[in-house]
Amino acid sequence: VRPSLQDLRQQASIAAKVFVQRDYTTGTICQFQTKFPSELETRIDKQQFEETIRTLNNLYAEAEKLGGRSYLEGCLACVTAYTIFLCMETHYEKVLKKIAKYIQEQNDKIYAPRGLLLTDPIERGLRVVEITIFEDQSNGRIEGR
Amino acid sequence: MLGLGVTEPMRECQYSEISVVASSPMDAEHTKRVPRRRKWETFPGRNKFYCNGRIMMAKQTGVFYLTMVLIVVTSGLFFAFDCPFLATNLTPAIPAIGGVLFVFVMGMLFRASFSDPGVLPRATPDEAAHLERQIGEDVANGPGQGGYRPPPRTREVIINGQTVKLKYCFTCKIFRPPRASHCSLCDNCVERFDHHCPWVGNCVGRRNYRFFYLFILSLSLLTVFIFAFVVTHVILRSSQTGFLSALKDSPARYLFIVVVCFFSVWSIVGLSGFHTYLIGSNQTTNEDIKGSWSSKRGKENYNPYSYGSIVANCCAALCGPLPPSLIDRRGFVRPDAARPSPRSNGTSAYVSSQPRTRMCDQDQCIQSTKFVLQAAATPLLHNELITVSGGHSLSGKPSLGGPCASLPAAQHTPPGPVPNATWEAEALVRRDQEKSLFRWRASDEVSSPPSLGHGNPLYDPASQDSLHQDSVRGLVKLSSV
Repeated sequence: VRPSLQDLRQQASIAAKVFVQRDYTTGTICQFQTKFPSELETRIDKQQFEETIRTLNNLYAEAEKLGGRSYLEGCLACVTAYTIFLCMETHYEKVLKKIAKYIQEQNDKIYAPRGLLLTDPIERGLRVVEITIFEDQSNGRIEGR
Repeated sequence: MLGLGVTEPMRECQYSEISVVASSPMDAEHTKRVPRRRKWETFPGRNKFYCNGRIMMAKQTGVFYLTMVLIVVTSGLFFAFDCPFLATNLTPAIPAIGGVLFVFVMGMLFRASFSDPGVLPRATPDEAAHLERQIGEDVANGPGQGGYRPPPRTREVIINGQTVKLKYCFTCKIFRPPRASHCSLCDNCVERFDHHCPWVGNCVGRRNYRFFYLFILSLSLLTVFIFAFVVTHVILRSSQTGFLSALKDSPARYLFIVVVCFFSVWSIVGLSGFHTYLIGSNQTTNEDIKGSWSSKRGKENYNPYSYGSIVANCCAALCGPLPPSLIDRRGFVRPDAARPSPRSNGTSAYVSSQPRTRMCDQDQCIQSTKFVLQAAATPLLHNELITVSGGHSLSGKPSLGGPCASLPAAQHTPPGPVPNATWEAEALVRRDQEKSLFRWRASDEVSSPPSLGHGNPLYDPASQDSLHQDSVRGLVKLSSV
C-alpha cells in the first residue's frame, strides 16, 4: 500500500493529461521523444523528466536488441516449434516487467509527490507515455515518500 | 494497486489499469450487477475470437478451413497408401520425416492463423482529443521552414536519412507508425503490415510474419516431398508390375495428389521464393508492391529499415525478439475511471466520451425499457382476466399493484436514452381494445400526470389515484427523455 498514491486516487481530480509521443527517427524501434512538454514546466525538473524518458528508451532498446541472446532464443524457439514459450517467458516480456517496476518506482519517488502519474506505455499500446497531471492540492495530505 | 497482474503460466501478461479516481456509488452498484467482461468481447475491430480470447482470427475463415482440409487430406492419403510401401521397400525414415514435416506445417499454420498479427489498439478518447488539438495547431501555424507545409493529418519523419510520411488513421485515431497499415478487412491498424492472407485467415504482420514464412517454406518442402515420393512409389511399383497396372490400383488418388502438388509447387514454392527475397531485403509485401524503396523512384531512394546485409535481415526477421501482443485480449475490462474535472479556462479539459458509460447507458436503457413494457403489459392482462370472468364493474380499472411496484424502481434508474420505450408502450396500447389508461407520447408533459383524464371514463380516480400518479410520472419521465 502506498499512501501517497492512494491519496491521489481518492481525493485528487485530474487537471490535464500530457502525451509524450513516439520518436521514429531511429526506425520502428520503440523510443519516446525526450522533448519536455510545456505543461509540466511548473511541476517537475526538465532533467528529471528527460532522465526518466531516456531510461525508458534504453530499456525498450534492450528489449528489442538484436544480438547473440535474442538469436539463440529465436532459434531454440523455432526448433521446439515455439512450444518452449509455454514454460519460458520471452526476453521482451522480461524487460517489460522491468519497465513496469521502473515506472512504479518513478511514480512513488518522483512523480506522485509532485501530483503527477506516469502510465505504463504498454497500456496505451506503446504509442504514448501518458502523464496525468492532478489538481494542485496544497492541503498537506499528499505526502511524498 | 499498481503494477502488472499475475502472469499466467501460459506467459500471457495482464496489464491492470491504475484506477485513478474512486468510482461513484452508481457505477460501483452498476458494475456489481454486470459480470466482468474480457477485453476481447469489446474489441472494436472485425476479428473473431475463440477459446475465451486466446485465439484471434479474421472474420472470413472459410478459405482457412479449405487450406487445412487440403493439407490434411493430401498428407493423409500419402501416409495411408504410399508410406507402407515406401517404408518396407526403401526406408522407414521416409514416413518419419514426412510426419515431422507435417506436424511442423500444421503447427506453423495454426500459429500464423491464431495469433495476433501486431494489431495496434485504438487511441483512448483523451489521446484522440489531444491529437486533434495538435493537428489543429499544426494547421493554424501555417507554413513551416522553407514555406513547405505537409498536408494536414500527415507527419514527416526522417528515418536513417529517408523521409517517411506518417499518415493519420481516421478509424483508429492515431498516427500510424512507419510500416504500419490499416487492414480494411479486419478494420485494424497492424504493425509492419505485410498483407491479409485469406488462406491463413488472418493478417500477416509483425508478430506472425515469421510463422507465415516458415509455414509456406515448410509447406513447399512437404509438397515437394510428397510429390517426389509418390512418383517414386509409382516408378518402383511399375518396375515390379508394369506402369499401367500400377496406376490402375487407385487412379483417382494419384490424380488428386498430382494435381494438388503440381499447383502447389508453382504457387507455394513461388510464394516462398518471393518472401525469401522480401526478408532478405527487409521489405513488406505492401512496400514492394507500392515500390516504396525501389531505385526506380530515384537514385537516392533506399530502404531505411534494412540492416545492410541479407544475413542480418534474415536473422532479424526470423530470429529477432517476438514482441508481445499490445491488445491484451484476455484482460478484464475496467470502467473508465478517469474523468477530468471541468475547467472553465479551457487549458486542460479533455472531455472523454467514454465507451464504458455509453455501455452503461445502453444497459440502463434496456432495464428501463423492460420496466415500461412490464408496466404496460401487466394491466392489459389483468383487464382481459376481468372481462373474461365477466360482469365486473371495474373492468377498466387495472390494479396496478404489480407494475407499480416495479415502477418506482424504474423511476430511480437514471434516465438513459430510451428511444424505443415510447413506441413500444404505444404499440401495446394500440393492441388494447379497451382504450388503456397508458397512452403515452414523447411529449413535454412531464410535470403532472397528463393523460389520466383524457378519454378514460372507466377510470376511478379516487381509489387508484396515487398509485397511478406515481406510475404515470415514472413512465412519462422515461418516455420523454
